Amino acid sequence: MTNAFLEISNGEKIERKQIPHLSFNDFHKNILNIVEGGGKVVQYFGYKDDDSSIKFMAVLRTDKLLVTGCDASESYPSLAKTCEPFHMFEREIAEQFGIKPEGHPWLRMVRYHPNYQNKPDVFGNDYKEDIPGNYDYYKVDGDEIHEVAVGPVHAGVIEPGHFRFNCIGERVLHLEIQLGYQHRGVENLLHNVEAKRLPILAENIAGDTTIGHSLCMAQAVEALTSTKVDKGAKIIRTIALELERLANHIGDCGALSGDVAFLPPANYFGRLRGDFLNLSLLVCGNRFGKGLVRPGGVRFNMDDGIRATMNERLDELIPQVTHVLELLFSTPTVRARFEDCGRVSNFDADKLGLVGPAGRASGIGYDARREFPTEHYDKIDIPENKKPSGDVYARAKVRYDEIIQSMKIVRSLINTPIETECVNTSNFDLPASSFAVTVNEGWRGEVSHAVLTDKNGKILKYKVKDPSFHNWNGLAMALRDTGISDFPLNNKSFNLSYCGFDL
Amino acid sequence: MIEPIILWVLAILLAPLFSGIIFKVKAFFGGRLGSPLLINYYTLIKLMKKGSVYSNSTTVIFKLGPIISLCSAIVVLMFLPIAGRAPIFSFNGDIIFILYLLGLGRFFTIAAAMDTASPFEGMGAAREAYFPIICEAAMFMILIFFFRLTGELQLSAYFAGESTIALWNLAGAPLLFIVIAFFIILLTENSRVPVDDPATHLELTMIHEVMVLDHSGPDLGLIELGSFCKLFFYSTIVSRLILPFDYGWSILTFGLYLVGLIIVYIAIGVTESVIARYRMDKVPQFILTSFALAFFATIITLEFLK
Repeated sequence: MTNAFLEISNGEKIERKQIPHLSFNDFHKNILNIVEGGGKVVQYFGYKDDDSSIKFMAVLRTDKLLVTGCDASESYPSLAKTCEPFHMFEREIAEQFGIKPEGHPWLRMVRYHPNYQNKPDVFGNDYKEDIPGNYDYYKVDGDEIHEVAVGPVHAGVIEPGHFRFNCIGERVLHLEIQLGYQHRGVENLLHNVEAKRLPILAENIAGDTTIGHSLCMAQAVEALTSTKVDKGAKIIRTIALELERLANHIGDCGALSGDVAFLPPANYFGRLRGDFLNLSLLVCGNRFGKGLVRPGGVRFNMDDGIRATMNERLDELIPQVTHVLELLFSTPTVRARFEDCGRVSNFDADKLGLVGPAGRASGIGYDARREFPTEHYDKIDIPENKKPSGDVYARAKVRYDEIIQSMKIVRSLINTPIETECVNTSNFDLPASSFAVTVNEGWRGEVSHAVLTDKNGKILKYKVKDPSFHNWNGLAMALRDTGISDFPLNNKSFNLSYCGFDL
Repeated sequence: MIEPIILWVLAILLAPLFSGIIFKVKAFFGGRLGSPLLINYYTLIKLMKKGSVYSNSTTVIFKLGPIISLCSAIVVLMFLPIAGRAPIFSFNGDIIFILYLLGLGRFFTIAAAMDTASPFEGMGAAREAYFPIICEAAMFMILIFFFRLTGELQLSAYFAGESTIALWNLAGAPLLFIVIAFFIILLTENSRVPVDDPATHLELTMIHEVMVLDHSGPDLGLIELGSFCKLFFYSTIVSRLILPFDYGWSILTFGLYLVGLIIVYIAIGVTESVIARYRMDKVPQFILTSFALAFFATIITLEFLK
């Protein structure tokens, strides 16, 4: 592996010619080696090079980030056949470039759109038809088997997605999730718009991960343009990311409580989530943190007045949150519902490459804030929040712990004065033939953006990966042998993004 | 004869009001103001003003469901000794008639759900058909208990006039068990937490609600009114059991009866607020508790009522 991979750091500018370019066989062999040895896939995508040829690039992580590339052919032997984490990535490449991974165990479309190359469609879809197109669901045969189809239109105010359950009585044998209903063509937009619109697009990839995605974008642009960010801006970004985590985790705990019909925490957390969103409002004038992060820094300063107000509000909020969390976790009937429900074993989670709270709940300690710290995280001590049991309780408990930690982090960061030069215009002069990959721990897990520029300094490929891309299969796995009536509870315990996946 | 009819009409008219109390209690525990006490009337009026939508795959069974389930509920109220007063109808064995009249209402709700051919409703129907079987066992155990005490098989022999207080004098301790058993049956039969969650919007976890998903407008209104009446029926019985005093046709009797009713509805609201819902496969155990309690109560009476 000595020269098959280039070791890079998170948010480091690399000249593309430095990246090893292997033959497909070597590429295949080397990345399989790394992943089978415990490495994980951060990015694996295809792109169209300056000379119109299609190439693959893989970014893996062990305790470091590793990058390598190769030429693509018309078809290639599937990696997913032996190595599960590539499953979704190969489907995505097949859909985007019409390149078929031979022997892929479950080759279905991901987002339902024609490929970028005007090649014959790998899935035999006619895209004039409405989604779902040519999608053969996994079938279970037997007299007592029944199929339940849920969605894409749901009863609550949630995003669209189709869930197909194969059940025997109340027991789920298999769940298949078909998404793509929210495909907006984000990645293509990111290639084609003027660079100054990048922040606006990145903020809107997934509304609940606004800060996560805009941080990834900003760090990538900063790396490529060699822009330095001052310490104050780094602290404000860290606060914003933690506030986003707090609001979402608190909302999730409330929703979990609501799903087991335990009303008091559902109501209180509903309000408290709003209170934490309002802290983001205090920082930047938007409850979801839109308009805050820009390449080069942040657009709003946190002066002493804001810090004092935030401190006052936290004085009130922290005891309330702690109290309601205790109520939720100490109620026996709630524990009875959470414990042993929707178990994902450590083995399965590792094979599927789960990230974020869902992964930590199954004993995978990975947290990008610890392993690839950006912004101010290298100066913050983040505990390893992994839990052994992998059930709904574990996923809720990871959130519990992270809520308590994040409140402490925000508390300690606003104690000292924060000074930063506000950024109103960013530098978007991207260098030619360069590459950068950024990784951040959003509240759902590892968010990653990879940017490649062409010889004129234009964006050649902008690859976005939301943690949901890894984790949807975890939900399907959790439902195996679980009662179908526990699906909503499990779904909430993962709380994955549809639009972040559909792009 | 006119008095029982007036009480019966009042019961139907007031049933939605009492269900509003549950919302208020739940709101209180959630730190909210909650919807107005009269919310159920507003809902009913709103639904009655709407039109109904019928799926192409449904037949006349689907339209019959709401009507029969409401009818069974209001006919059952005709047999109910409201505030201990004599009911409109009463005959020996009416209790069996009442139980199966409620069963008829359920049968048609289930048939209407199956008629839509929706997988959700089929699932809900299966659950709705399963849990009341266990309830029925408990219910008959309670009947055996009452029969042993009074030798009668009619509702008015247990709950009208002085008879309830006579029951307490006869077998007070076992009757405590019966009160709890009855409350569990009330929660189950009326799809309340911890058996079902009337507030959820998640089809996969619903029991009763999912069966009426396809009903709309006036049909849904009829179903709602029917369920208010059904809850009123069970609550009245529990209320009579906990406050069995009778002072004839006087304000005191009615006052105590209303207090009893409010206590029962508040108890439902508190139950829904302080415990989460049980996992679907644990629900039968919960319902069986009511059977066990009724069974013990009966065994105790076997001993000292020779």
